[in-house]
Amino acid sequence: MGGTASHNLPKELLSEYQELTFLTKQEINEAHKKFCQLQGRETGPNERVSMQNILTLPELKSNPFRERICHVFSTSDRKDGSLSFEDFLDLLSAFSDSATLEIKSHYAFRIFDFDDDGTLDGGDLRKLVNCLTGETDDACLTPEEMRQLIGNILEESDIDKDGTVNLSEFQHVISRSPDFVSSFKIVL
Amino acid sequence: MPRQKLITSENDDNDNEFHLYYVGVEDHSEGEKEQQMKQEGKRRRERNGKISRRTASEKRSAVTKNSDKRERKHDKHQKAARERRESVPRGKRQKRKNADEEVVEEECSKEKKNIKNLRTKTSKLEDKNEQGGKKNKKKSDKVVEVDINHGKNKPRDCNDVPTKENTTNRKKPKIISESESKSDLESDSELRDDNPVGVLSLTPEELEKLKEAMEEKKKLMATLRGKPWPMKNKLVILRESQEFLEKYEGALGKGKGRKLYAYKVVMMKKWMKFLRDFENFKTACIPWEMKIKEIESHFGSSVASYFIFLRWMYGINMILFGLTFGLVMVPEALMGKSYGTLPRKTVPREEETSAMNFAVLWDFGGYAKYSVLFYGYYNNQQAIGWLKFRMPLSYFLVGAGTVAYSYMVVIRTMARNANEEGGGDDTSFNFSWKAFTSWDYLIGNPEMADNKFASITTSFKETIVEEQESRKDDNIHLTRFLRVLANFLVLCCLAGSGYLIYFVVRRSQKFALEGLEKYGWWERNEVNMVMSLLGMFCPMLFDVISTLENYHPRIALQWQLGRIFALFLGNLYTFIIALMDAIQLKRAEEDIVKKNMTIWQANLYNGTVPDNSTAPPITVHPADVPRGPCWETMVGQEFVRLIVSDTMTTYITLLIGDFFRAVLVRFLNNCWCWDLEYGFPSYSEFDVSGNVLGLIFNQGMIWMGAFYAPCLPALNLFRLHVSMYLQCWAVMCCNVPQERVFKASGSNNFYMAMLLVILFLSTLPAIYTIVSIPPSFDCGPFSGKSRMFDVIQETLETDFPAWFGKVFSYASNPGLVLPFLLLLVLALYYLQSTSKTYKRVNMELKKKLQVLNEENKKKNKLAALKVASELEQERNAVGIHSNSVDSDLGMNEDHNGLNETQQHRQKGQKSRSLHQSQGQQNKDPHPISSTHTTTRPPASQSRAVPGHLPGNPQQPQRNSHSNRR
Repeated sequence: MGGTASHNLPKELLSEYQELTFLTKQEINEAHKKFCQLQGRETGPNERVSMQNILTLPELKSNPFRERICHVFSTSDRKDGSLSFEDFLDLLSAFSDSATLEIKSHYAFRIFDFDDDGTLDGGDLRKLVNCLTGETDDACLTPEEMRQLIGNILEESDIDKDGTVNLSEFQHVISRSPDFVSSFKIVL
Repeated sequence: MPRQKLITSENDDNDNEFHLYYVGVEDHSEGEKEQQMKQEGKRRRERNGKISRRTASEKRSAVTKNSDKRERKHDKHQKAARERRESVPRGKRQKRKNADEEVVEEECSKEKKNIKNLRTKTSKLEDKNEQGGKKNKKKSDKVVEVDINHGKNKPRDCNDVPTKENTTNRKKPKIISESESKSDLESDSELRDDNPVGVLSLTPEELEKLKEAMEEKKKLMATLRGKPWPMKNKLVILRESQEFLEKYEGALGKGKGRKLYAYKVVMMKKWMKFLRDFENFKTACIPWEMKIKEIESHFGSSVASYFIFLRWMYGINMILFGLTFGLVMVPEALMGKSYGTLPRKTVPREEETSAMNFAVLWDFGGYAKYSVLFYGYYNNQQAIGWLKFRMPLSYFLVGAGTVAYSYMVVIRTMARNANEEGGGDDTSFNFSWKAFTSWDYLIGNPEMADNKFASITTSFKETIVEEQESRKDDNIHLTRFLRVLANFLVLCCLAGSGYLIYFVVRRSQKFALEGLEKYGWWERNEVNMVMSLLGMFCPMLFDVISTLENYHPRIALQWQLGRIFALFLGNLYTFIIALMDAIQLKRAEEDIVKKNMTIWQANLYNGTVPDNSTAPPITVHPADVPRGPCWETMVGQEFVRLIVSDTMTTYITLLIGDFFRAVLVRFLNNCWCWDLEYGFPSYSEFDVSGNVLGLIFNQGMIWMGAFYAPCLPALNLFRLHVSMYLQCWAVMCCNVPQERVFKASGSNNFYMAMLLVILFLSTLPAIYTIVSIPPSFDCGPFSGKSRMFDVIQETLETDFPAWFGKVFSYASNPGLVLPFLLLLVLALYYLQSTSKTYKRVNMELKKKLQVLNEENKKKNKLAALKVASELEQERNAVGIHSNSVDSDLGMNEDHNGLNETQQHRQKGQKSRSLHQSQGQQNKDPHPISSTHTTTRPPASQSRAVPGHLPGNPQQPQRNSHSNRR
């Protein structure tokens, strides 16, 4: 895995990756190719690809949560959202077709948890709704609507009434949804 | 002793966890900068608490390991902690990182626990050989160090950063966490370099435990991919457990069994690898997967669902084609009598001139009509070729088999879909679903994303409005009137189109009677063209009409679908009724031909060689022999023409409506007075529902006509294949994403239900014709029989032993069939009523759950209130000497967190999230003693700890006690 020079993954590593992700061999190879391309644009011999470069992928370009996704999957120490190849595989695995509902909902929770504090509180939900409604001003909800919306969301999903939605509550809500598994997917 | 060991290590773990969440919280408070000033004091306190807690945990860990080296390190931690007080902001990011890693470590250490327990046991055995003791110790240290390096690649990475201070800061928390798990690792590593021989000296129960541990490892390895940890840690765990397995696997069996066991293991590995490869191969074999995924990533799941449906349809048609092609067409072409031997296999003299016209390609007249492609070509010879292939029987069974297969597949798919959709109708999480699951992550197209944003916003607003005023109908009379009017208009359209088709078909029959040669292309293809045109324009008309109704888009879409469905169905049935008329006409014609035939034969003999029986029979060229009109071929031909013209119109609308429109819009936009791209013509959308309906009706026509024209499945296969590529291309290059974006998942079974209805409706006329109309006398595999299904009777009589025929005739006796039918009906009734009961029980259970939930909520609230009041008292007591008690509080809280976690583990809940949330909650006791008031309601603090107060004096004793052991 030494930078751009190796275009093929070693066999053992490949089989280990298959063991550890929900991806098939072809998908891993494809991902590696994509990742090497992204790496090629990088200036240094760094193994990681910066967030800006990751976000040039068309699959992520128009996703309102793109920066959160990078941050959640990044294991970088600098908290800059840069991804190593393994982080990238983690991302693709969580978003793949065959990933379980549990892991998908886990990562969804972390993506929606904007301040990384382990619960979805009012601020997180506000940011989430703002992401969903887009940046344009005319489409945004009025503060009154926003207040009501967040109130309703908490009313429904905050089972223990502590004012925030925690992971198990979130997973409870998500597991009933008919669409989540089919839409929480990213395909290279 | 091992039991105690386990307890302490668990405690350590929990400690670890607590510490970790603590870090997370601190990080959080860092993140919110506007609150920074406010929280300044609070954080100071937190830091204090932290240090005291850390020292406490260190002490505890120090008890378990009493080597000097540890002690030194321990000192270092304290120093580090002290240093951290000065430079907290810098280390914070790193801390968060560590927190993440620690989570993983802890979770995996939990998994390891059993094994560890066992290992300590085995290490006892090992320790008996004392000379190895020291060595072991050294090695263990090494291993620990290696492990640290292993987990710490990242801190090493950042060694590039030049500031020394920085790196030390980063490393320190890491070491702390490491040291805490070290006690575990130590006991691990003592075992790590023992050889399998040592294992052999184990007692049976220990062996059993080892086996259990291995099972555990295997399970861990199998579920590893479902764990939300970073890849690096997963890799480490995988390698570790693989190593462990390899080491002990061989040792488990005894003597002979050992080899067998090793062999089994190897075979298992091979098998797993094979399965994986096979899985890969299977996904590689799915046709058009990449194409569909590409579309999916641009247009979202609803457009892709159309293509998936198309592919599914293609699969079904592949099977149908295989059946008809393999069992009917090929045998007839290879083994049947060749072209020109029989009148039914030759083009009649009067058609010979036009039999090779170019028009044959879409008319399917001429040579195509007298070939294996149509019913009329087949001979009624009972068995053909050297294989004695029962052609008529095969023809009949294939016809029945295709229909049966289609029913089976459609119903099975429906049942599967229904299972998947099972819990989807719960509306109690309306808002939350909208917020959490409405984004389609597959969307990769900016325009699509914009549309999605808009649709999500409107849906939010709609639900809010709906919530605000449950029902506020302004001017309901007008809406009602408009809806009635719209339905009236639609009915008029439907009736008009039905009449038009009927009229055209009747006219075409008149043309046919007078001979088609006099008329031009239009008259010949009038019926098909009118049907296709109606199918093209009526939906647009419906769309316009539906704007009158002012329905919610989703309901409007369903109405639209229903109307188009009615239109297509009406058209199809008018067409069939007209065809029935034509069949009657042909049969009347056939009677006349039959009579003429005898006269013609008589003339033939009379005219040439009268009364000479010895003379060889006169050979008349089969093309000159008079023949019946063969209504079956006529029906088949009509269907084939219908399919061809339908395909053509689909492709042409695709080209003109999508491609040329896109080209015009793109290139004329530069020199036009308004914006074409966003104004009137704009680009076309991909109409999922319309396309799906088209596909369904096309399939219905195939099912209807396939019996009379075996070539239909082949034709359809070709059509689907082409449209797969064509539509993929058209979607990618000239369509814009839909404005109203719907999820496809809800409507899948809706489409399936339509397909089922169509299947039923299309087999109905086919079965009717087969059962009630006698086949033509001189063409087709059933010629000469009074009914087509007589072929079964014939086979029974000639090919089966006599007793079988007898049994069959008994079985088909009404006296047996009627009771059987009755039994079926009873079974149906029984199953239906049981399913109803199940449903009711289901509903009751749901209700019970809801009630339980409500009760829990109330209970929690009560408990929270109680705890809050107690906390109030606590606050009064503690608040006086806040600073001095601070460190103690941290300590106590530590144990409190521990209790919480234990309780939760008992509850069997997802531990991580809860810990996190508790970590969050545990933040609160600190501000109690500070001058600031908490922003969070006190109720949240201890919902899960009804009994324990943060300052419970008994808890720490127990813990320290267990630690000391």
